[in-house]
Amino acid sequence: MSRYLLRGGRVIDPASGVDERRDLLIEEGVVASTGATLDEAGAEVIDVAGAVVAPGLVDLHTHVREPGREDEETIASASAAAAAGGYTAICTMPNTDPIADSAAIVEKVWALGREAGLVEVVAAGALSKGQRGEKMADIGEMVRSVARVRLFTDDGHGVQNSLFARRVMEYLVTFDAIYAEHCEDEALAAGGMMHEGERSMALGMRGIPSEAEELMAARDIALAKLTGCRLHLLHISTAGTAEIVRRARAEGVRVTAEATPHHFSLTDAELESYDPNAKVNPPLRTEEDRAAIVGALADGTIDAIATDHAPHALEEKDVEFQYAPPGMVGLETSLALTLTELVHPGHISLTRAIELLSVGPSRILGLPQGGPLTSGDPAHVVVFDPDGEWTVDPARLRSLCKNTPFVGRKLRGRVLHTFFAGRLTVRDGVVLAGELV
Amino acid sequence: MGNAPAQKREFVVKSRLLEPDDVRRALVRISHEIVERNKGTDDLVIVGIRTRGAPLADRIAASIADFEGADVPSGALDVTLYRDDVALRGPRNLEATTVPADLDGRNVVLVDDVLYTGRTIRAAFDAVLDLGRPRAIRLAVLVDRGHRELPIRADHVGKNLPTAASEIVKVHLQEIDGEDAVLIGEYRP
Amino acid sequence: MMKHLLSMDQLSSADIVTILDTAESLRSVTDRPIKKLPTLRGRTVCNLFYEASTRTRISFELAAKRLSADVINFSADSKSSVAKGESFKDTAWTLEAMGVDAIIVRHGSSGAPHQLSQWVKASVLNAGDGQHEHPTQALLDLYSMREHFKDLEGLKVAIVGDVLHSRVARSNVKGLVTMGADVILIGPPTLIPPQAATWGARIGYDLDEVLEEIDVCYLLRVQKERQSEQLFPSLREYAALWGLDSRRLARMKPEVLVMHPGPMNRGVEIGADVSESPRSIILDQVANGLAVRMSLLYLMLGGRSEDGEVFE
Repeated sequence: MSRYLLRGGRVIDPASGVDERRDLLIEEGVVASTGATLDEAGAEVIDVAGAVVAPGLVDLHTHVREPGREDEETIASASAAAAAGGYTAICTMPNTDPIADSAAIVEKVWALGREAGLVEVVAAGALSKGQRGEKMADIGEMVRSVARVRLFTDDGHGVQNSLFARRVMEYLVTFDAIYAEHCEDEALAAGGMMHEGERSMALGMRGIPSEAEELMAARDIALAKLTGCRLHLLHISTAGTAEIVRRARAEGVRVTAEATPHHFSLTDAELESYDPNAKVNPPLRTEEDRAAIVGALADGTIDAIATDHAPHALEEKDVEFQYAPPGMVGLETSLALTLTELVHPGHISLTRAIELLSVGPSRILGLPQGGPLTSGDPAHVVVFDPDGEWTVDPARLRSLCKNTPFVGRKLRGRVLHTFFAGRLTVRDGVVLAGELV
Repeated sequence: MGNAPAQKREFVVKSRLLEPDDVRRALVRISHEIVERNKGTDDLVIVGIRTRGAPLADRIAASIADFEGADVPSGALDVTLYRDDVALRGPRNLEATTVPADLDGRNVVLVDDVLYTGRTIRAAFDAVLDLGRPRAIRLAVLVDRGHRELPIRADHVGKNLPTAASEIVKVHLQEIDGEDAVLIGEYRP
Repeated sequence: MMKHLLSMDQLSSADIVTILDTAESLRSVTDRPIKKLPTLRGRTVCNLFYEASTRTRISFELAAKRLSADVINFSADSKSSVAKGESFKDTAWTLEAMGVDAIIVRHGSSGAPHQLSQWVKASVLNAGDGQHEHPTQALLDLYSMREHFKDLEGLKVAIVGDVLHSRVARSNVKGLVTMGADVILIGPPTLIPPQAATWGARIGYDLDEVLEEIDVCYLLRVQKERQSEQLFPSLREYAALWGLDSRRLARMKPEVLVMHPGPMNRGVEIGADVSESPRSIILDQVANGLAVRMSLLYLMLGGRSEDGEVFE
């Protein structure tokens, strides 16, 4: 295995409290040493002066389409897109076809992730069989499988039945596993295509009220208190949900939360063009909600930025708004959006950005990806130019699908190199897939 | 939708060809010719082509009433929807078509200010024929400036004006422009 | 003139006046023996209807034919086309390849005409999209009101019923507010969400309260298929609280106009005797629809299509 010396970068490693200009020597998959000026000692020197060297990013929320819709995204293509975006681990959602509700499926996902070898592929398991919210999935078997599932969710749907939610939470306590909820009261949200408000009224689209998310978030927090289960709220999108989480954490409830780049970057104004690529669930909310999510990311209420990367084939998205499935790809734009929308305008520090993209999510999943980057630690590293400008061009995205409303958007912040367990997976922005598979 | 104002090029008058008295005399003469040709006023209908043919038709009808003591119906025809250049020139505001009587079996005299290519008259034929089946259609114009593109000839002409194709002939009428006159000039780009 | 008509938002009051004045000139053509004009000879207009609507389609078809345009009718059930047939975009491109000059589209999905306008070079006319807009209905309604009241400014118009799901209501409120009318939306809050107040209309829940003050009472169709959604307890109760019966009609101004976009549910939103009373101009609305649609086709297709032609 090669040795690399990252020369002259600004190392930001929140786990060890480091933010200074120093060199990093990567050898045998680990950080061999760090210091102000290290000796080359036969290593390949990569000049990273002016760039940020940080622990590899972790995405809590990636939809791969394998098994089932390999035309839309395979585990290999999602891994490449992730690496290009600076990621060294992704947590794959279980709503594949078949649903990842048994050990066989999560092991297959895990194995395909190993085969691709670009990022750690952490399979999430379904809470219920077929994600129907009726019968428990094979939770224990998935925990004990080689995939070692830690996070369970019926993402795509919220668990509608409160008794079922309580039972699963109680059962998950056995393994100290995480109950992750897509907060949506389906009766309240029924038929909704965008956020319910002035704009949905004007555009003549059925809305999803904020309360559809907030009611379930509040219910789950109450149940987490009751059961002692670890609760993670997926893609929270409203000012109300942020406030509910803030209060719960003040009370000491074991709840964590994530928010997506699109919910801190965009509002329902995006829907005025009826662009199906701006259709997501939860929907893009109001400016007030967006600002509240930014505030909650800054003040620590939200633990992680997660992409909710959801590839959809062109023929599925290039239809009437009403018939388009919700979702957008996000692995390759999340770091740049975080820098462009949150760091550069001064809402959060660069260190906080790395906490949200790496340290926070990696702690939730219990991964080593979030650092520290001190001697002997596994070398999951991202190097990025925080000021590098680029324009989102669908032709250059590695994801098999190009469904993003950010096409043509000029962003500031560019991934230069990614190291996964000491191996270069991205060099100068180019994914080195061929060398590894 | 914002109708951007049409680019107004400046019209430069080179000369005034008819003065108010000339216009009046020409219309009186045309009125007499119309009655003479029609052998009286029976079945006569005077129809002016909008915009400036309409007041001319009214004046001719009034003039005939004056010397014949007979009421001749007059009306106005908007031929915009019958033009062959709608696609080239774009839609214009429509004005009302007010034809005073059933045209079946009548002698319709179409009146326009300037006869030029003949295309407006062609459109007027179609418009009149969609309204009824006159026994005859005749044409009266205040000015014939030549340069026909269709085989059309006026029955009654106030003044024949040989012009160059680059020249513009404008008729001004009291009812619309505040004065009676026929002007010749050019648009300055 | 604008290239597409997608929403009443596009139209200024001057634009609306031009459209209505032109319609007025064209209205007389419908009363003469030869009803055809050669104006759009050689132009091709396609009615692309993803929702069944005989009246609107026929009105557009007749309007185009009266102006001598060639008319193609393409009907598809929106659900089946998604399930199996050709996609909306492919259909649009097929029509484009056939060289149509205008596509008149009705679709169950809000915004579909907006999307279509981004795919084709032809003009797109919205003939009703989902719960969004139905601009030609609003224009013919404005025309019908203007026939009776010279000035729409300050006119008090009550729009009664299911505003939430009504594209007719959205377009009418926008048009009326643009023309300076005073609009009151009347119905239960399940059908009139509070956000509607941002459109410049007032909101009220009690029809009886406004009967004496309004000049126009515009009744929206109660969509019986929405009964299952628990928006009100029963059609009987709806009729009692928000239906216009002869007793309520008697309390209104003598010159009040009763309007309805059709098709009516007699005995629910409108009493049978009210729909046939002299105050009802529901059939005039249908006749005026033809003139307004001719006006739009003339103004939108009559000119050079590319550069947004001006009036002279």
